[in-house]
Amino acid sequence: MQYHSPTSFEDAAALAAEATGVTRFLAGGTDVLVQLRADITTPDTLIDIKKIPNVQAISRSDDGGWTIGVAVSGAEMREHKELGQDWPGLVEAMDLIGSTQVQGRATLVGNLCNGSPAADSVPAMVAAGASVSVTGPQGTRQVPVADIPVSPGRTSLVQGEVISAVHIPARGSNAGDAYLRFIPRTEMDIAVVGCAINVELDSNGIITQARVSLGAVAPTVLLVPEAADAIIGSALDDGALDKLAKAASAACNPISDKRGTVEFRTHVAGVLAKRAAKIAYARAQGENT
Amino acid sequence: MKKIHVSTTVNGENVEYLCDPRETVLDVLRDRLNLTGAKEGCGTGDCGACSVTVDDRLVCSCLMLGVEAEGKNIATVEGMATGEKLHPLQKKFIEYAALQCGICTPGILVAAKSLLEKNPDPTETEVRYWLAGNLCRCTGYDKIIRAVMDTAADMREAS
Ligand SMILES: Cc1cc2nc3c(=O)[nH]c(=O)nc-3n(C[C@H](O)[C@H](O)[C@H](O)COP(=O)(O)OP(=O)(O)OC[C@H]3O[C@@H](n4cnc5c(N)ncnc54)[C@H](O)[C@@H]3O)c2cc1C
Ligand code: FES
Ligand code: FES
Repeated sequence: MQYHSPTSFEDAAALAAEATGVTRFLAGGTDVLVQLRADITTPDTLIDIKKIPNVQAISRSDDGGWTIGVAVSGAEMREHKELGQDWPGLVEAMDLIGSTQVQGRATLVGNLCNGSPAADSVPAMVAAGASVSVTGPQGTRQVPVADIPVSPGRTSLVQGEVISAVHIPARGSNAGDAYLRFIPRTEMDIAVVGCAINVELDSNGIITQARVSLGAVAPTVLLVPEAADAIIGSALDDGALDKLAKAASAACNPISDKRGTVEFRTHVAGVLAKRAAKIAYARAQGENT
Repeated sequence: MKKIHVSTTVNGENVEYLCDPRETVLDVLRDRLNLTGAKEGCGTGDCGACSVTVDDRLVCSCLMLGVEAEGKNIATVEGMATGEKLHPLQKKFIEYAALQCGICTPGILVAAKSLLEKNPDPTETEVRYWLAGNLCRCTGYDKIIRAVMDTAADMREAS
């Protein structure tokens, strides 16, 4: 295994482009090292991106959005008060990953690129409308987070491409997000279903925009426009919530495994969608939940 | 395999070592630096027996490579006592019999110390969540939690 620690994304991309065999980037290493230790994947080339300037930074851009460096850990996101005020759902999703120790290292981009359909931060990023900068031999382009996962363990990134930043849009007023997952325990488990919801309201409390994303119920994290449509135009009355739950369940295409059956996952997706919508809505109205 | 030269700080002392890029910080601590306090329970981030802090951040040393320690500040259980003088948490763990076989203890002590540095007045729930990544097969956790809560109370009084 060759270890590199380049000091720019261009160098990181060039190293990856030239590498033969299995290449991995090293952010927090909480997936890469587990796979290395368990002899699942031993990379031939390991490219540590933490020596690149600014990868540890969380900054607000001019338009009020956020740029999160690719080495920012869950713990650092949690400690960032303003980010948490703007995007509590995103921060709580990231915070659910692993233990305090794992939080000290795990990153959003690692969670995204590991490609697990059950990755907790990914539905929250998708619901937020987040995008990532992708640096490759042809330069840097911006890609919606929703377009990165293609199947379990696979992303749309090609050889020689590295994610160089995460962009979260400006929060705007009367808006809120939330993420909930179902696990059989209280801590340290993988989502059986995850659901993130992001809403914007008008001054009368009517939902004008919504994004609903589900995790662990299909080969990739899903964006479910039908579920968003079910609540847009409503003040989240019971009728709208029921339609939301139906649409969320209808979008599921899960597997059965020891954590949950197809029927269970499909049902729970609807239940979580309702609960997450209520929290996001309350936050959009300025409640501190 | 080409070995990589690393210089880092462990418990306040500068150390240098050569390591294979596949070696973890845990391997380096135990096999190269003879610091066997951190234990390998699982090697996959699940048990917390290998807990150390790196630049004051609690991490699993089994999930960090030795080469990543370049220029960092690592603290292990060996750095907790000052000479013969035990850290208040260590004393309290003995007083409460918060350990039996002891394999989880170094990791739990390092994790608890890191909590009290960030939050000197944690609730029991906060202590339990903070330590959720530290498994103990012997004590049933209760004595550990009480020892941490009581140490926190003592340290608040003393300061
Ligand atoms: C004990 C334990 C509990 C866990 N619990 C959860 C959980 O509850 N929920 C959950 O979702 N996950 C969980 N995980 C998995 C893991 O912690 C997360 O997926 C984490 O976010 C991965 O981030 P990382 O920075 O550690 O990634 P790394 O391991 O560094 O990298 C992961 C993948 O991303 C790629 N990558 C990293 N950075 C880039 C980049 N800049 N550009 C392109 N590709 C990149 C790597 O090549 C690799 O394939 C757990 C892991 C452990 C060990
Ligand atoms: S040995 Fe590191 S977490 Fe178990
Ligand atoms: S004392 Fe034996 S595992 Fe905790």
